[in-house]
Amino acid sequence: MTTGTEQSDTERRDPDSSARPSTLAADRVSRTADGRLILDGVSLTPRPGSVTGLLGPNGSGKSTLLRLLAGVLSPASGVVTLDGRPLGDWGRRAVARRVAVVEQQTDTLVELTVLDVVRLGRIPHRRAWTPTSEADETAVRTSLERTGLTDRADQPWHTLSGGERQRVQIARALAQEPRELLLDEPTNHLDIQHQLDLLNLVAGLPVTSVVALHDLNLAAMYCDQVVVLRQGQVVATGTPGTTLTESLLADVYGVRATVTRPGPGDQPHIRFLGTVAGD
Amino acid sequence: MTTALRSLGARRLRGAAGGLRTAAGLGVGLTLLALSVAVAITIGPADIGVGDVWSVVASHLGWDTTEMSPIRDGIVWNLRLPRTLLAAVCGAGLALCGAVMQSLLRNPLADPFVLGVSSGASTGAVLVVVLGFGGGVLSVSAGAFVGALVSFALVLVLSHTLGGTTDRVVLAGVAAMQLFSAVTSFVVMTAADAETTRGVLFWLLGSLSGAGWTEVWLCLAVLATAVVVCLGYARTLDAFAFGQDAAATLGVAVARTRLVLLCVTALLTAALVSAAGAIGFVGLVLPHAARALVGPGHGRLLPVTAVAGAVFLVWADTLARTVLDPQEVPVGVVTSLVGVPAFVLVLYRTRRPR
Repeated sequence: MTTGTEQSDTERRDPDSSARPSTLAADRVSRTADGRLILDGVSLTPRPGSVTGLLGPNGSGKSTLLRLLAGVLSPASGVVTLDGRPLGDWGRRAVARRVAVVEQQTDTLVELTVLDVVRLGRIPHRRAWTPTSEADETAVRTSLERTGLTDRADQPWHTLSGGERQRVQIARALAQEPRELLLDEPTNHLDIQHQLDLLNLVAGLPVTSVVALHDLNLAAMYCDQVVVLRQGQVVATGTPGTTLTESLLADVYGVRATVTRPGPGDQPHIRFLGTVAGD
Repeated sequence: MTTALRSLGARRLRGAAGGLRTAAGLGVGLTLLALSVAVAITIGPADIGVGDVWSVVASHLGWDTTEMSPIRDGIVWNLRLPRTLLAAVCGAGLALCGAVMQSLLRNPLADPFVLGVSSGASTGAVLVVVLGFGGGVLSVSAGAFVGALVSFALVLVLSHTLGGTTDRVVLAGVAAMQLFSAVTSFVVMTAADAETTRGVLFWLLGSLSGAGWTEVWLCLAVLATAVVVCLGYARTLDAFAFGQDAAATLGVAVARTRLVLLCVTALLTAALVSAAGAIGFVGLVLPHAARALVGPGHGRLLPVTAVAGAVFLVWADTLARTVLDPQEVPVGVVTSLVGVPAFVLVLYRTRRPR
């Protein structure tokens, strides 16, 4: 794998982006479910064009935050904005033309081909009773090319492996022509090659990505920024190198780990030793 | 890469040709339907020649002025034709409802009756027939329609209180179905005599023998409205392939879509069931057969399903009224007896390679 060099490409990709304002942002959002606080005043301002990793143990609120950012849920307090305007003012279809979502594992009972699935991404761009436009076909074709699926357009969905399905979902998301891409643990259930493949693809896309991840080493490799959540609150935020420290891991995940850096500018490598409680 | 691009371009051309093919296929289907109706009305126990049948139709349409005997005229124009047309309307409507329900609820076993509409209709009909509800003012159909709406309202309220997800809708529908079936059975067992029971049973299994022009026009009007609404939602239904959340992220107003489509299909089913009883099988199976033919895209699937359902029920009813001549078999019995082997064949031919 040549992920190391590609990673430094990603780092260099957009040097001016910190100057530009964040396009999709959460401002002190909270969300409760059945009287329990799931998210508690979380703010998130991803840099345009960068990959932001959402980290934290199960139940820390990563998925809920992504659903708020996608506009599928609305916050109990606080606001999610797109280009400075509250998401609620945009209208669902307008949001879907800007923000695309890839869920962690998807399946369907419908007999679809790869092309059928990618074409679903055009739904927010099309009106009822109208035929497919040239722009629709171009977007579908470009998404297939970018994800390397052009030759597999006619393959049935149910014959695809887990990694291929996620790749198709990313192609579908790209067909929406989004500027923001939200991914909820997209590498779950994938083997290591497909995990690296997938995140490599995401990191190379010309969109602002927010990705919830379990694997901290993957997060360190592919994310420009990480946001660590615990019980619905942000406990740390910054580059993987400054954020993923031994004390933070012990504090948030309850694990003992050593964090090493092969050299200056390299991403940290985390080696887990055991749980805090178990020593 | 270039070959791949070229093949994709070719595929797009095929996509356009596919649109033409769908239109052509639909044209063939509608022609087949018109032919089926034309042939079906010449078949029947009364010995009326093919030429005479068409003379009657032509004279009523103002194309022909040949005088026919009033009896023959009545048999063709007031019995056979409305019955055959009602069969076509019911077949189209039930198949359409089935296709919409299966996609909306993401359940291949969903059918037009999954919302408890048919059992509610049965209860309404039985209350009118057996217990004389409505004091003779309410017809059986009206009773059935009211029963269907009451049952559907119960399902909506129940599924909403239970959390409003699609599986809750299905469960609420099943609960309503059981409840109203039990009420129907109870009323029939305790209050009906043998003759009434036989009549009720016939109605419960579905029969088009009561068809008149009023039923035809009423059901056709509801069907036409439902077709327009459902086709308007065709692309939205495509978005439900990966579930409600995925549909929401594609910009679909999930709750509103579900409410609109549930109400439209429930109203259509209620209208059809009040006219012809609960004809099974069509709504469950025709959508699967149509999907095997034209694929899952609803823009094609919905019209094809409707036309296929219409043709299927026209022939099923023709069989039902002729096979045991002069006795009549409930059409619901025929649809299942003929349809199940055909369905297995379709599934077999489109089975997934393992």
